[in-house]
Amino acid sequence: MKNTIKIFIGLLAIGFVSCEPEFENSVTDSGFYSSGDADVSNYVAVGNSLTAGYADGALYIDGQENSFPNIMAQQFSFVGGGEFTQPLMSDNLGGLLLNGTQIANNRFVLAADATGTPLGPVILDGTPTTEVTTSATGPFNNMGVPGAKSYHLVAPGYGNVSGVATGQANPYYARFATSGNATVIADATSLNPTFFSLWIGNNDILGYATTGGSGVDQTGNLDPSTYASNDITDPNVFAAAYSAQVDALTAGGAQGVLINIPDVTSIPYFTTVPQRSIPLDAATAAALNAQFSQYNTVLLPTLVQFGVITQQEADLRMINFSAGQNFPITTDDDLTDVSQVLQGPPANLPAALANLLGQLRQVNNDDLVILTASSVLGSVPDPGNPSGVIGVSIPIGEEFVLSAVEQERVSVAANSYNATIKALADANGLGFVDARAALAQVANGGVSYDAGLLTSAFVTGGAFSLDGVHPTPRGYAYTANLIIDKINSLYNANIPKVNIGNYRTVTISNNL
Amino acid sequence: MKKVVLLVVITLITAVTYAGGYRVSLQGNKSLAMGHTGVAVVNSTESVFFNPAGLVYLENKFSVTGGAFGVFSNVTYQNESTGESAVTDSPVGTPLYLYAAYQATDWLAFGLGVYTPYGSTVEYEDDWAGSHLVNNIDLQAIFIQPTVSIKLSEHFSVGGGPIYVTGSVNFNRNLNRTLSDLDGNRSEVTLDATGVSEWGWTVGAMFSPTENFRIGANYRSQIRLNAEDGDADFENVPNSPLVPFADTTFDAQLPLPAEMTVGLSYQFCDKWLFAFDYNRAFWDIYESLDIDFADENIPDSFNARNYKNASTYRFGLQYEATSMFTLRAGYYFDESPVQEGFFAPETPRNDSNGYTAGLTVNLSERFQIDASFLYLHFKEVEASYDAYFENGVAVPFGGRYKSNAFVPGLGVTYKM
Repeated sequence: MKNTIKIFIGLLAIGFVSCEPEFENSVTDSGFYSSGDADVSNYVAVGNSLTAGYADGALYIDGQENSFPNIMAQQFSFVGGGEFTQPLMSDNLGGLLLNGTQIANNRFVLAADATGTPLGPVILDGTPTTEVTTSATGPFNNMGVPGAKSYHLVAPGYGNVSGVATGQANPYYARFATSGNATVIADATSLNPTFFSLWIGNNDILGYATTGGSGVDQTGNLDPSTYASNDITDPNVFAAAYSAQVDALTAGGAQGVLINIPDVTSIPYFTTVPQRSIPLDAATAAALNAQFSQYNTVLLPTLVQFGVITQQEADLRMINFSAGQNFPITTDDDLTDVSQVLQGPPANLPAALANLLGQLRQVNNDDLVILTASSVLGSVPDPGNPSGVIGVSIPIGEEFVLSAVEQERVSVAANSYNATIKALADANGLGFVDARAALAQVANGGVSYDAGLLTSAFVTGGAFSLDGVHPTPRGYAYTANLIIDKINSLYNANIPKVNIGNYRTVTISNNL
Repeated sequence: MKKVVLLVVITLITAVTYAGGYRVSLQGNKSLAMGHTGVAVVNSTESVFFNPAGLVYLENKFSVTGGAFGVFSNVTYQNESTGESAVTDSPVGTPLYLYAAYQATDWLAFGLGVYTPYGSTVEYEDDWAGSHLVNNIDLQAIFIQPTVSIKLSEHFSVGGGPIYVTGSVNFNRNLNRTLSDLDGNRSEVTLDATGVSEWGWTVGAMFSPTENFRIGANYRSQIRLNAEDGDADFENVPNSPLVPFADTTFDAQLPLPAEMTVGLSYQFCDKWLFAFDYNRAFWDIYESLDIDFADENIPDSFNARNYKNASTYRFGLQYEATSMFTLRAGYYFDESPVQEGFFAPETPRNDSNGYTAGLTVNLSERFQIDASFLYLHFKEVEASYDAYFENGVAVPFGGRYKSNAFVPGLGVTYKM
């Protein structure tokens, strides 16, 4: 009898298993959503680390799968979007090998002590397996190249593996460039995209900003081959490269979106470490003030009197401590270097002291102290000299502080780039995505989603990964939604957005 | 007899879904064919379940009935704002039943029933949109019920017996919407408890003013299944003191609600029988599914359910077409115990309409084959589960659901 029942049920199974309940209007039906006037069947994303899905100081598979172009491509699949290929790394560690030697660190993870108190970002342990010389077969729909500046995308040889060791080529692009002298933009256009996104130019200012303005503002220098990696790109060089990219991408009639450059003050790399980071008690503050008393009350006025510096600069250079949280001392290469003057009469200071005071000032509220300063401030570099405290008696290096003057250089360049991007979007009928305004919103007040607020607060805000510069998957999902919004409005499309609450934030691990 | 019962218990594969909550109203092919009525019907040993008071009216000295159903059920889900969608890939459920009745005297009968009135098997694709609520669940409960039935007077009988329940549950879900290991594999927990047993009872009464008209009532007690020291298996959890999820044990309680049924049957035009049952299931005891982990470092899990008492209205018709064939049909309306804002995808039940039909083939004086078919229809519904919290913030999980179920059944009856 049991067998009979089994056979009976088995026969019926064939009949009923296909009787799935179907919605009257199913999201999987073609026509439920619409791409409007846009053709997203072949989407190609061009850009830098932000397009690649770089996060936590590295490029790794899980981050790439959560890149904003990949998230968009998944939503495009509802409206005729085709396959979206990415040059996936070999692992989730993120480090890079060049001929077996590691040339890029693994990703950061958030470590914690035994009691569950977060310790901050620490590099994940493990031997990376992504070998730069083992080429992936490109081109890929995701042509995001971490580290690329605007002019790199049109530079032949940027993916030449033999140039990686000397810094002439980019290790990420070398992995999947179609040939040694290919350009990113030519590889991208060879895919004949129907739709593209272009987000480039961030690195044209970011290297300068993240190193506290240690590079050179190259505005006026039209030859990018003479630029160092931390320099600011001349706006005309940017405009020429960007315009060439837009021309190339639209040559085949593709539609697309151009995304502008966010402000550095939107990212936690510049907003996490407070300007006042040195705690002092009243006695220590008084003792320090006594040491700087001569400097404040005699040396600076004398320098003003002799016309070496302005009164305004003298005010900026005053050193004052008080009980509570204090501004650390720093050097600023935009100040007049008075070290030689101080060694001569009437001051006749010893060389060491004159050099210390040469470009000395305290950090102030107009400065941005970069994220990596947190591990340096208050530290004692020489155990034999316990009074040598960085920020108190030893100035914190200028590479940790982005001064107001330096911010202005960054801002002027970024505004110029953004004007170019907007103009080219308008001229070509392309979507213009104001990432600058959107990220400013994340940084100032936050963006609400179903479980709270997405903010740029480091680690806890959810938008930024552990390198303080690149978004988390949730931040990238928010970016994808911004772009989809623009596509929907510009092209009369109805492409569903994602729920950013379903995307993770920082990763935790004690595999150190 | 004992052997048969054991065999049935051992080979019971899965008890499955459909009816309000995780109640599975598939306790007999003859009854199901008539809309699962039976509290006032006397036509088979299925009365062991439907109303023990009716057993004493059976004509045969000894009779035994066994049968099974194949439950083909599926749930589809979609969220129109994001495009997320899911279709369950639940295995075919096969609830079984076995009833035996023995007529000791003309006023006393004994019976034994083994049946599976509760269960749920729902399998979504791993890591689907609602995976923080459930990936899959397999809940089973087997009831074993010795029964006595006594005719107190010509028109009135009572019956009842204790119920021994043994159940098991296996439940998997992701720990939350985003936690994953370094490779992006979502962190999840599997809860498994087997051999959970408990006692309950049932009692029924039947009033038969004429041979053609009967009124019945039956009450089944609530049973709280206490899972103790079940296994909690955590997978893909990052190695960090921030997420101290280590494998541990858990305690949890799952209530099987009390149920009251009243109904009537009326035989007319000689060969026709009409039956009506009204069920009231006292689901309000299912307030929350709380999982208490033994490991102090792991926060206990509280999952509000807030079920409400729910009614089912059942109508059945029987026609003795020939001496060989008896035909049956029925309909029922099943009210969902799930309240607005508590629509959890593990039991995605809204109100449903059940359409049933079936027949009995009398192969001989002693053998009958019973067949039945149920089509259960749920309306498309826009619903959400609002009692999921993330860092203290309620994060509703909602969307559009549609479910259905096709349930063919086959049974055999032997009489002597």
